Amino acid sequence: MATDTLHHGAVAEPHEHHDASGTKVFGFWVYLMSDLVIFGALFATYAVLMKGTAAGPTAADIFELPFVLVETFLLLLSSFTFGMGVLAMNAERIGQVKAWLAVTFLLGAAFVGMEVYEFQHLIHQGNGPDQSAFLSSFFTLVGTHGVHVTVGLVWILVMLIQLTTKGLTPMTRPRIVCLSLFWHFLDIVWICVFSFVYLMGVL
Amino acid sequence: MFGKLTLDAIPYHEPIIMVVAAFMAIGGIALLGALTYYRKWGWLWHEWFTSVDHKKLGIMYFVVALVMLLRGFADAIMMRTQLAMAAGGAAGYLPPEHYDQIFTAHGVIMIFFVAMPMVIGLMNLVVPLQIGARDVAFPFLNNLSFWLFAVSAVLVNISLVVGEFAKTGWLAYAPLSGIEFSPGVGVDYWIWALQISGVGTTLTGINFFVTILKMRTKGMTMFRMPIFTWTSLCANVLIIASFPILTATVALLTLDRYFGMHFFTNDFGGNMMMYVNLIWAWGHPEVYILILPAFGVFSEVIATFARKRLFGYNTMVWATVAITLLSFIVWLHHFFTMGAGANVNAFFGIMTMIIAIPTGVKVFNWLFTIFRGSLELTSPVLWTLGFIITFTLGGMTGVMLAVPAANFVLHNSLFVIAHFHNVIIGGVVFGMMAGLTYWFPKAFGFTLSEKWGKRSFWCWFIGFYVAFMPLYVLSFFGAVRRMQSYANPEWQPWMILAWVGAVIIMMGIACTIIQFWVSIRDRKQNADITGDPWHGRTLEWSTSSPAPFYNFARLPEVGDIDSFWSQKQRSKEQLEDAPYTDIHMPRNTVAGPIISVFALVLGFALVWHIWWLAAVGALGVVASFLARVFNDDIDYYVPAAEVERIEREHQQRLEAQA
Repeated sequence: MATDTLHHGAVAEPHEHHDASGTKVFGFWVYLMSDLVIFGALFATYAVLMKGTAAGPTAADIFELPFVLVETFLLLLSSFTFGMGVLAMNAERIGQVKAWLAVTFLLGAAFVGMEVYEFQHLIHQGNGPDQSAFLSSFFTLVGTHGVHVTVGLVWILVMLIQLTTKGLTPMTRPRIVCLSLFWHFLDIVWICVFSFVYLMGVL
Repeated sequence: MFGKLTLDAIPYHEPIIMVVAAFMAIGGIALLGALTYYRKWGWLWHEWFTSVDHKKLGIMYFVVALVMLLRGFADAIMMRTQLAMAAGGAAGYLPPEHYDQIFTAHGVIMIFFVAMPMVIGLMNLVVPLQIGARDVAFPFLNNLSFWLFAVSAVLVNISLVVGEFAKTGWLAYAPLSGIEFSPGVGVDYWIWALQISGVGTTLTGINFFVTILKMRTKGMTMFRMPIFTWTSLCANVLIIASFPILTATVALLTLDRYFGMHFFTNDFGGNMMMYVNLIWAWGHPEVYILILPAFGVFSEVIATFARKRLFGYNTMVWATVAITLLSFIVWLHHFFTMGAGANVNAFFGIMTMIIAIPTGVKVFNWLFTIFRGSLELTSPVLWTLGFIITFTLGGMTGVMLAVPAANFVLHNSLFVIAHFHNVIIGGVVFGMMAGLTYWFPKAFGFTLSEKWGKRSFWCWFIGFYVAFMPLYVLSFFGAVRRMQSYANPEWQPWMILAWVGAVIIMMGIACTIIQFWVSIRDRKQNADITGDPWHGRTLEWSTSSPAPFYNFARLPEVGDIDSFWSQKQRSKEQLEDAPYTDIHMPRNTVAGPIISVFALVLGFALVWHIWWLAAVGALGVVASFLARVFNDDIDYYVPAAEVERIEREHQQRLEAQA
């Protein structure tokens, strides 16, 4: 779906010039796959080290599922709102695009805020990342996802500014598409974090 | 204020380092002075540093790589000299902590800052021309990749004079590289140099993958692509899939060192073998990232100079793809001694041996291309023949190492050193030298001196055998790698012989430098007017030399493999009356160099724990990137009249020659 949207309202190009926006989105897909390898390495590390608790707390001791479930729904909902934003872009309704992006930003910010609270809470309890290999790998895997979401938040702000100053142009359009790919990608990674780290850790 | 950085970080008490530093300073000042005196700064900035032209970036990669080759080779000859002296328990002239830094720096520099930039430089120069494209998919990122690599090379060289480099070996195995056993800044230099250049490499991988898949000219299907483009495509797949593992692994080591985490520590549940597994899950594909493009070079060279279509094009492609896949399931053969058990070791041993099959397919393809061809013994062909012999030998010692039972004896011995130099010098270095000679006229418009090229080859070829065959012998006597001195005086004659070999290789490097000098001096006589000095087969030879910045005035159309060759057989005048059109090109960018300089500041500050400076560097990176994002003026059109003028000048040169 994402790439289809690009042909909508794209400027006609000289025939021998390549389809620049399509290339951008394809390149971004490839980047996402390489980013996925980073997460793959972190998941593998977590799998190897999750038993390395060094007589400290285990996953079941420290995770609070209801809290994480709220986080999860915030992020899932933000993926939905971003999808609405892309639909608005295809309908050329720039005001709605900005509104949906703003809602997505708020949901994403709430997610990051909850994660920061969770980390801070754990460290306050004396369960910081330097306490055991399990905690190191937990903080790093979840934190890397959180850093990605934070980058996504900055990117949303940048796009809100660009939509205001430039509007929907052949430059901003593929960026919105890439950002939406990024956002959904982080959602999928979070589903894996939720199932593999939190759910399996507690159950 | 300055973190861990004090004046004591400069090793005044090490005369060797101070002399080297003095030479570097004098050379640097002379270069800067010359640039100022001849008023070349503007030219350098506008024509080169900010250029997004893939051909210029390719040349810049090679320039940095050749400079770093001198640095890496200086490390090599120092090690060989030390070992030629330090027999029977003698101390030699290098203290252990310095010797350890030298072998680490040698490995890191030769792989990351010589071999990688040569391979990527060649891809830059050649791939867009071979597929009939005007630039790469993301020209700005291409410039950024180069600069991230270049500033990392600078960071490694800073470590020579400010502080120290890692003493851990080139892959910085944990827990030795952890904060407990390596409290100095050496490992931190290693970390940030690899992270910054690694980001650049990943971007390059994505860039060229997309370029090859999306920007091929009309008619060039995947199975009409030149072999060098195929091997580059596979190397870029490997980059995309493996470099993120390096990034993640080094990041975890960083967290251990900077935040006291426990990924790879002995205590608190850490697992040091996790590090070794992860680093080789990147490290083994990495060696194929280097060798596959070299295979591509040999394929182009041998087909061109045998005047024959490459034997077994399809098998060559599938062999390359097979190696690409297999390279991800052999990593454990680097540490059979871990104790994973007989079944695991057997699996990885067998997989490793299986890689020899597609490689063998390639060797036979090259041999059958020569068979009944009319092979012209030019210097690129000499490098190729030297490669076929040397690489085959190195491959066989590799198969020996792949036998787990034998590996337990050979692990960590000089046999391993001899083996990988056998394949890296015989494969990657010979390949890059062949590629450099072969494509040099396309970059500069004149050919390199054959006489000095052949001299360089013979020095490298003979020097390699004299330097490394003794190491195989020594390994059977029990000599291990990374030793600064040894007790057994009977080893010394072999060590001296190896030193002689290194000196012969040094003469080879000298021949290459003389080759550049002589060729630049005689550039008028050696000018390549036609753009096709070797009677080439692929599209890069269909445009003028040096190629115009837009590569092709009219985008070529392709009908088969080696389409330029068959086009030459038919007629040359089929396209000539088509009118020229405006050409869409990317603008130069200042963002690449600026972002990278801030990245260098960031890296240096993190090495020395200067947190305020790290903040400056990080903010600088973000701000200059955002400035680029908000700049819409990134491309322009070359008017058809301008294209016509450039093409007519080329036509006039052709007629003048005829």
